[in-house]
Amino acid sequence: MGRSLLASLGTTVRDYVESLGYATRTFFTMIGLSGGLLRRPRLIVEQLHFIGNYSLLIITLSGLFVGMVLGLQGYYTLNKYGASESLGLLVALGLTRELGPVITALLFAGRAGTSLTAEIGLMKAGEQLSAMEMMAVNPIQRVLAPRFWAGVVAVPLLASIFSAVGIFGGYLVGVKLIGVDAGAFWSQMQSGVDLWKDVFNGFVKSVVFGIAITFIALYQGYEARPTPEDVAGATTRSVVVSSLMIWWLDFMLTALMFSR
Amino acid sequence: MQRKSLDVWVGLFIVIGVAALMFLALKAGNNSSFSLSKTYEITAKFDNIGSLRPQAAVKASGVVVGRVAQIAFDDKSYKAAVTLEMDSTYKFPKDSSAKILTSGLLGEQYIGIEAGGDEKNLAAGDKIARTQSAAVLEDLINQFIYSKAAEGKDSN
Repeated sequence: MGRSLLASLGTTVRDYVESLGYATRTFFTMIGLSGGLLRRPRLIVEQLHFIGNYSLLIITLSGLFVGMVLGLQGYYTLNKYGASESLGLLVALGLTRELGPVITALLFAGRAGTSLTAEIGLMKAGEQLSAMEMMAVNPIQRVLAPRFWAGVVAVPLLASIFSAVGIFGGYLVGVKLIGVDAGAFWSQMQSGVDLWKDVFNGFVKSVVFGIAITFIALYQGYEARPTPEDVAGATTRSVVVSSLMIWWLDFMLTALMFSR
Repeated sequence: MQRKSLDVWVGLFIVIGVAALMFLALKAGNNSSFSLSKTYEITAKFDNIGSLRPQAAVKASGVVVGRVAQIAFDDKSYKAAVTLEMDSTYKFPKDSSAKILTSGLLGEQYIGIEAGGDEKNLAAGDKIARTQSAAVLEDLINQFIYSKAAEGKDSN
């Protein structure tokens, strides 16, 4: 009994390590095959429309509301210390450093990541990927690579939009609704938010998240067993794994970037 | 190559994204660390710099005239050696003094420069001779306690 438990534990660990290695190999194969995309940029543009433009509405609205809530909660706390003029700084730092990249990544994993996983899983279930291989078209190059690069481009742009709209939301609540001085709101923000330390590092974060989420979504779809149940399961796994990955990467990147 | 309405939408997405990034960089952030204005470096030694950090402002009469570039410990004089990057549009006399000040009650620490009366100006590589350290709260409290204790002795 004890021995079989140990054996099954060993098998599980071995399977995880093996699939990690396989995922890494797939990743580098995909990067290596991406050069051909330069001759067919339309493939990326189509995917950019599919995952970028369609995510725009949810990102913009979420950014607006997150900014508004941040403005309201920030005001209540800062006002206790008579520092409500720093509201702009609080909203902008919170958004550019953390909330913009992280919430955008989570929403992107839910909105675009799942649709990528489901699409590729269904392609596999419908034997379209095998058909491509029959015609000597590499599905990693034709299906995975354009979606990957579209995701890597889309996520940082979406995160920037999220942060910018969020700052506007904080401005609406803080200045227009509550009545914090507009001049102080902007000047405190400008004196406290550093272009490289905050804005640029937030941007780098969102690029890393874009790489991670898009690849996880594609890999889960690509590796799904071609059955309806497993395509559904892969979609769920895609969100779960991406979300956990985002939090872990966020912790690592924050520790690297902002600790001094 | 034919153009589709899809191109318009994707182009619009890119434009909005880049505009948002520009907004963050130019409107929300300070681009002081991005400034291309020329600077000259001078050094100043302090007994205690408190919680001064690199990138802290150097101010004269409240106007930002430079930034703290580097902080090191000088093991010859056992003092903190602070390198200041001064904006080259501002000149100060050689006998100017530097103080470490705190903005607000609990704000960031910065360096305040008070101009002296010398006819020559500070040039690159020069040292500010007269400095005043940061006010350390513990020292102030200790001084207060000792002076109270001394008062108690006098009255006996």
